[in-house]
Amino acid sequence: MGAGHAHRLYRHGHSPVHALPPHTKLAAVLAFVVVVVSTPREAMWAFAVYAGLLALVAYAARVPAGFLLKRLLIEVPFVAFAVLLPFVAEGERVDVLGLSLSVNGLWGAWNVLAKGTLGVAASVLLASTTELRELLLGLQRLRLPPLLVQIASFMVRYGDVITDEMRRMRIARESRGFEARGMRHWGVLAKSAGALFIRSYERGERVHLAMVSRGYAGSMPVIDEATASRAQWSYALALPSAALVVCLLGWTL
Amino acid sequence: MHAPDGFIDAPVSAAAGLVAAGAVAVSLRGARRELGGTSRPSAAVSGGERTAPLAGLVAAFIFAVQMLNFPVAAGTSGHLLGGALAAILVGPYTGVLCVSVVLLMQAVLFADGGLTALGVNITDMAIVTTVVAYALFRGLVKVLPRTRRSVTAASFVAALVSVPASAVVFTLLYAIGGTTDVSIGRVATAMVGVHVLIGIGEAVITALTVGAVVAVRPDLVYGARGLQRKLRLRVNGELVDAPDSPEPVPAAARSHRKVWITGLAASLVLAGFVSFYASANPDGLEKVATDQGMDEKAEEHAISDSPLADYGVKDVDDARLSGGLAGVIGVGVTVVAGTGVFWAVRRRRSEDTDDATSPSGTSV
Repeated sequence: MGAGHAHRLYRHGHSPVHALPPHTKLAAVLAFVVVVVSTPREAMWAFAVYAGLLALVAYAARVPAGFLLKRLLIEVPFVAFAVLLPFVAEGERVDVLGLSLSVNGLWGAWNVLAKGTLGVAASVLLASTTELRELLLGLQRLRLPPLLVQIASFMVRYGDVITDEMRRMRIARESRGFEARGMRHWGVLAKSAGALFIRSYERGERVHLAMVSRGYAGSMPVIDEATASRAQWSYALALPSAALVVCLLGWTL
Repeated sequence: MHAPDGFIDAPVSAAAGLVAAGAVAVSLRGARRELGGTSRPSAAVSGGERTAPLAGLVAAFIFAVQMLNFPVAAGTSGHLLGGALAAILVGPYTGVLCVSVVLLMQAVLFADGGLTALGVNITDMAIVTTVVAYALFRGLVKVLPRTRRSVTAASFVAALVSVPASAVVFTLLYAIGGTTDVSIGRVATAMVGVHVLIGIGEAVITALTVGAVVAVRPDLVYGARGLQRKLRLRVNGELVDAPDSPEPVPAAARSHRKVWITGLAASLVLAGFVSFYASANPDGLEKVATDQGMDEKAEEHAISDSPLADYGVKDVDDARLSGGLAGVIGVGVTVVAGTGVFWAVRRRRSEDTDDATSPSGTSV
């Protein structure tokens, strides 16, 4: 894919983090998140250290803080849920500012917020420093079944096409004076969804035939074999190893 | 509802991941048959070179249709979840695959749903919705008269039930591995209550969408494939049944697969739930003892003024639940190991029988 096809989440750059092979980054992020999730929630300082580690990575990747924070907004629904937890959870209660809150619920809210935010931040860093195609290659290198990777790459390749098709259908509806205002209009929207399905499926059939006529037999040739040297692996795994040390300290302290 | 990291604890997430991996592996094989057999019967035999483009495009469709807003009232709007729709339109295996791929890409690209919670998300949103919806749909279509309207009605019911079913499974996972002690009854009421409402919306949209597709291209609707009328010719003003064209019959492996899936479901239920109740009863005596011991502990902790005070209670709960959890993990490990052996054997056998014409698409 050319530059024009890079997804909006990707931030072009030439930092050391950008240069790492994709599968090392994927493995590092996954290991980091696993370590974060298995840290005891009482070790509050550990989560601060994790956040510091991620900030270091963001600095090395030259991802500005504003960009990262804006992308963190995706977890807003869970913040709302976490805020509810102290009110509904059981166990010992404590009075804060005249409100009776559950101690356990407070810990639970903290737990979900801290771990969720760190997980989202790690994923955002991964997505903003790795191109889509590279991510898929990385998944393949990590032994995800090739068929699954192919399905994912078709989805990524045609996701924008289908979304654009849906946008054109919306424009067509609106230019004919349609405005969806309530449940009475669901029929029209559902017909659009049905038409979109038929168009997608038929496009899939055409794509398949076009590929078969060009020699496709069920597997994609791997042109750009991504390999990682020992140095790159150790560089990428520095993040989860540091996190692991913090996690172990968190359990023992 | 995409669960983030840290919502479900690590062991349960790992167990759910195993279940999800097993289901996706089964679906990869099933989808090959579902998508391969539509136009060229030979393609179903040789492997799934149709699978990737078609499943990919359907996944893209699900991804896009989740962005289609359906206005409800007063500025609020909902959107389709798509599990039931995918199952009915393209078949259960492809449905599981497509929704799983959408969830995977959402987690990796958009950070929507945690990476460690991917197993949980795939289990409740991709597997449970699709399987429940498809099972109900098939059952209803068999019972109801063979008309287009009954396809629509069946998809309504299937989608209506599939969403609360997914909420129930999520609540169960939360009950086993939730990180906060919210009473399960409350979580269940809230989750199921909200999701019944969502389910009604999902059901209406799914039924309308399936109805729209059935009206235009009934051959594309996987769940309604058996419902096509026989071709009739008008000969000299009379309707005459056309001679049957040899239809590509799906391989007889289906019954085998049914047994397999039923067995898996039964063993999971046994391991996860029944063992939980079985182990809860003999614990009754112990529980009295621990209740009394627990009081002391709680007092101690109240004195020491530490948030760990609740851990005494939590430990007891975990001990009771650990049986069920261990059972589920055991089943998951067994299934994965068994499937691995089975595949290895079968691949070797198929490599022996097939010659070089079978493409490498079958390699896993």
